[in-house]
Parts: sequence; structure tokens; C-alpha cells
Amino acid sequence: MLLNTKHFGGIEIDEKGIITFDEGLPGFEVSKKYTILCQTKEESPFRWLQSVDNPDLAFVIVDPFFIRKDYDINIGEEIVSSLGIENEKDIAVYSIVVIPEDATKMSMNLKAPIIINTKSNKGAQVVLDTEKYSVRHYILEELRRQEVAGDACSNKEEGTVNNSK
Amino acid sequence: MLVLTRKKEQSIIVNDNIEITILDIQGDQVRIGINAPKNISIYRKEIFVEIQEENKKAAGVKDVDLNELLKPGQK
Repeated sequence: MLLNTKHFGGIEIDEKGIITFDEGLPGFEVSKKYTILCQTKEESPFRWLQSVDNPDLAFVIVDPFFIRKDYDINIGEEIVSSLGIENEKDIAVYSIVVIPEDATKMSMNLKAPIIINTKSNKGAQVVLDTEKYSVRHYILEELRRQEVAGDACSNKEEGTVNNSK
Repeated sequence: MLVLTRKKEQSIIVNDNIEITILDIQGDQVRIGINAPKNISIYRKEIFVEIQEENKKAAGVKDVDLNELLKPGQK
């Protein structure tokens, strides 16, 4: 289907890659359908989480394990059951990124990651019951604390999108 | 707002399927147990508000090139 987005203009998205968030995201409860766009050509941990119901709505998301190798999350039973997760391999985890005017101060939310069952294409933003993580971890600061090895844009089962702009 | 007074170990039933129990009271802290269907989201309010605010800030993102975000030169 064709989606007329704010950031990318008209793009063709594969309906098979549409992820349903039954409860939306906190603050955006009305938008329930999203797709993940991989804008990057080279290896990058960043993606776009593009709303399908609201083409003006998109979030930058990041692979949190790329920034924090020791990121440790415990997905509660109620999430496993509400997303219909059968196999750990089907789980994809992302953090929503805030990019302020000064992009060096970009931050990610490790307290409430996006959890996606890549098999059923169901997702949710889950609040972790831990004090270890906050909603604002500064990405460049976190990276400075550790050496980072590569991750590829192409190695995950995600909704594929052809940018036809 | 409906205001009810409850003692320790007493409960409130909401809508036939949500049970909220006062488990313990210690000074100004109250431990609450909640039994609810799995599709009901329950959050500590201040954390939920914080997440809403971060999401709203995140949604205000300008056009950025994701390839540029971690380029050397940015510190």
C-alpha cells in the first residue's frame, strides 16, 4: 500500500510488514499500526518506526543492545501472552530515541522498550519493572562507555519497505 | 473522584474483573496488589507520564539522516 509520510514522502509499504500495537504507544494511543523503515544503507542500529494510521507520525528507534551490550530486560508473562510470543527468537527489541536540536544530546528510553513479536507482527511498549533503567539514556555518552562492534541493517526480519520517492 | 476508606487486606472490585487489595501499610507507604485481566495495562502514574512525555518529544523529530547520527565528528 502507498503511504504518504511526513519524512519520506510517498512510499510503498509491504502490508505483511505492518506491526499492530493493540494499545498504541503512551501518548499516541490512537495509532495502532506501524511499520519499520530501514533508511540506512550502511550498518546502523537506527530505524524509523513509521505509523501507518497517521503518516505524519514517526519515531526514530534504535537497537538498544548496540548501545548498551549489557542491557538486560525481563519480559513479563503477561507481555509474552498478549503478544503471543512462542519463541525467544521471534522477539525484536527497540528503544525510542529523542533527537533534540543538538543531536549530540540524543537519548533513548531503556525503561520502556518496544517489544515486537516478529512472527505475529504484534508489538507493545513495555514498562520494565526495574530501577536500573530510565527513560533518558544519552546515546553518545553510553557509547563512550563501551567499545561497539557492528550490527547490520539487514540482519533482522522486519517489514521490508521500498522507498519509491 | 470516588473516595473509599479501606483497611489492610481489604479490597476493591472494579468492573467485575479487577481486584485491588491493600496488602500492607507502613507509615506513608501503601503496598497494593492488583488482579486484573492480562489486557489491562497498569502503570505507576509518574512513570507513565514520563514515558508519554518522552514519546511526544521523540515524535517531534525533524528530518534526520539516520546514517549521520553516529558519524565521527559528533561528540
